[in-house]
Amino acid sequence: MTVIEAPAPAGRAGTVNRLLDRHASALPSAAAVVILLLLLAGAQAYFGNFVTPRVLSALLLDNAYLVILAVGMTMVILTGGIDLSVGSVLAFTGILGARMLAGGTSPLLVVAVMVLGGAAIGLMIGVLVQYFDVQPFIASLAGLFLARGLAFVVSLQSVKVTSPGILWLQSTRFQAGDWYVTPTGLLALAVLLIGAFTLAYTRFGRTVYAIGGDEQSARLMGLDVARTRVLVYVVSGVCSGLGGLVLTAYSGAGYPRNGIGTELDVIAAVVIGGTLLSGGVGYVLGSLVGVLVYGTIKTIISFKGAEQSWTQITIGMLLLVFIVVQQVIVVRSARRR
Amino acid sequence: MNPANPTAPAAPAVAARPVVEMRGITVRFPGVLALDEVDLRLRRGEVHALLGENGAGKSTLVKALTGVHGIDGGSITVDGVERTFASTADAQAAGIATVYQEVNLCPNLSVGENITLGHEPRRRGLIDWRAAHEQAAGHLRRFGLDIDPRSALSSHPLAVRQLVAICRAMVLDAGVLILDEPTSSLDRSEVERLFAVVRDLRDQGVAIVFISHFLDQVYEISDRITVLRNGRLVGEHVAADLPRGELVSAMIGRELEELETIGRSAARSVDRTTTPVLRASGIARSRALEPVDVDVYAGEVVGLAGLLGSGRTELARLLAGADAADAGTVAVHGTPVRLTTPHRALARRIAFSSEDRRGEGVVGDLTVAENILLGLQARRGWLRPIRRAERAAVVAEYVSALGVRPADPDMLVRNLSGGNQQKVLLGRWLATAPELLILDEPTRGIDVGAKADIQRKVADLAEKGLSVLFISSELEEVLRLAQRIVILRDRRRVGEVESRETDLDGLVGVMAQTPGATAGVTREVL
Repeated sequence: MTVIEAPAPAGRAGTVNRLLDRHASALPSAAAVVILLLLLAGAQAYFGNFVTPRVLSALLLDNAYLVILAVGMTMVILTGGIDLSVGSVLAFTGILGARMLAGGTSPLLVVAVMVLGGAAIGLMIGVLVQYFDVQPFIASLAGLFLARGLAFVVSLQSVKVTSPGILWLQSTRFQAGDWYVTPTGLLALAVLLIGAFTLAYTRFGRTVYAIGGDEQSARLMGLDVARTRVLVYVVSGVCSGLGGLVLTAYSGAGYPRNGIGTELDVIAAVVIGGTLLSGGVGYVLGSLVGVLVYGTIKTIISFKGAEQSWTQITIGMLLLVFIVVQQVIVVRSARRR
Repeated sequence: MNPANPTAPAAPAVAARPVVEMRGITVRFPGVLALDEVDLRLRRGEVHALLGENGAGKSTLVKALTGVHGIDGGSITVDGVERTFASTADAQAAGIATVYQEVNLCPNLSVGENITLGHEPRRRGLIDWRAAHEQAAGHLRRFGLDIDPRSALSSHPLAVRQLVAICRAMVLDAGVLILDEPTSSLDRSEVERLFAVVRDLRDQGVAIVFISHFLDQVYEISDRITVLRNGRLVGEHVAADLPRGELVSAMIGRELEELETIGRSAARSVDRTTTPVLRASGIARSRALEPVDVDVYAGEVVGLAGLLGSGRTELARLLAGADAADAGTVAVHGTPVRLTTPHRALARRIAFSSEDRRGEGVVGDLTVAENILLGLQARRGWLRPIRRAERAAVVAEYVSALGVRPADPDMLVRNLSGGNQQKVLLGRWLATAPELLILDEPTRGIDVGAKADIQRKVADLAEKGLSVLFISSELEEVLRLAQRIVILRDRRRVGEVESRETDLDGLVGVMAQTPGATAGVTREVL
């Protein structure tokens, strides 16, 4: 029988080729890591006191809710979809939780309601996308308006949270030298790890990638496309609910105007982290790096005492560069064939 | 390329009871009876060709068997048990695997994952990647594929992906393997490799369904042939007992010597003393085409012959302005021009019909009329609308001249068969009144009847003075239509030949660089 030769692994060039053949899709995420390291190194050189346990610990604490949202968003984008509802759902579950706590409901029940509320809105979006063939953009836009409206129905004003159980999530600090981590940070890391494992080691996770690569093929391979797609929006909704919990704990209050535009920050972080908007390529850990890049830029700008609008300008420019880089990679890989 | 392969073994004796028996299968689509009481019997250890024109119901029959479409009547028996499949997963579980025309794999995943996805080995609920890749490597080796299972599928050429798709299909030890047009994008050596695998599987007792438009390949590989026409069963035959002429007649339902009647075109002589309509000198594009010269004279059909990847499509795209050339000059009627966009080419009356009919040709969600008018409107510019009466006249003219079926200008193009889409596309470019028409694979994957229609139209138009640059993988077609053939190999021009001075073997000899067999060909590069 004829044997097809693999591209001859000739020394170093062969190894590089093999690496590229295997891991070309990880290049954008690797680029994000490089950018993060450059940012940290640059900030350290400029300020002298930037890369310290205190600042880095605060980075995770301040952006824990973004990390959680990014995990759900990454899954949705991997299927080739988008979820614009996350910011509003975060506000809705947050204010709902705060209101219930103020009414004396037990914190555990409140957390369950917040998570389920997020899941319900995610389920609605997923069903619209899968069974009614609505564009993810439009379906999640509907979710955005619905959740924002519901948030205002729950309360027009900020509702303060006094429940010690919820505040504990934020105020407790597990210290190791100058390093510390709060329960909210641990929750974010746990969601991140579960997300990464699910995507890498479960059939559900691989189906997510398959849908993003070629939905038709995924279906013909006998994979459960319908269930998986609905489920990613539910997961994103759950993440929004958890994000609402973390943000409520972080700010000590629920506020119906929370998270306006957060969906776009999350999408930016996910894209900077190396996930292709066309789907099928990306990693949750890359999205963590994306969030950290975002957070680092924010921190640098507050160190500098400059206007926070510079964060948005910088993120915008980074995003532009990343999308161009991704496009080049996509075109290259199409040409390599 | 002999019509009946004498070495094809007779059906083994074990093939007594069919492994799959479809009886009286009826499938209705809104307004159409797609299948009308069709039977199909598949036996172990046999390659069974399923043939018919486009729209004959081959795909529908396959989809009925694999659970994509439900059936409105009839029964499907697998291993003696009557079954109904609700999904492809169901059919796969029953041992019926399918490899579709467009390789249905995920390019973003690794080769190994594409093979094992859906039934990957798991440990404590989590996918065991090491075992999965080892398993995949084992399957790849079985098919003589020595590639890294961890490499991304997108890093491999189409032919390898096709074999990976078959590999995937066979992981579950399927008893039935359906290959839907597996060879349409493979070159000759890749087809050989595929067939080696198919024969191997056949000898292991797999029942194989082979769907193809290439009759040579059908005779080369098949033991048995079932012919469908217009959703009905025409007959089941032992391949060796069915002469090719009868097969073609059975497929199209009338005696077809029509293709032969077009034969006059190539013999017609063309006046080459005038200024050529198009003269390209040293036209090139890095990584796509080495410098090439081509002349096309008025009323001449110039064929471009070469294997897939020889540069024939690249040359066509440069001349059409679809890609911009890095070097070389192009003159139209002796005037130097720069063809950097299709729009500029169109302004010079050069029209281009791409090989990618769906991607770069027809717009599926527009009607026949709109598709035909697109080219004309583009040439006139958007600010000068075409009057309604003129529009209707243009559309009616080309729909009837090209024989588009159904002849309904308001039909959405995506609902037409491939052959009719191609006719619409041809109509679009003819409506722009081109002087040079570049046709890249205009007859690929379309049925014999439409093929004959298109070839006849091209020959007629050339006789009336249109210049045509004609590309086709089917060399008979090129030899029949073109007066002159330019041969490309490895992105270079390697020869030029007058059609009447050569034959298939001469052409193939130069294309494949076989010394000796080069009757009448002027060889330019060695």
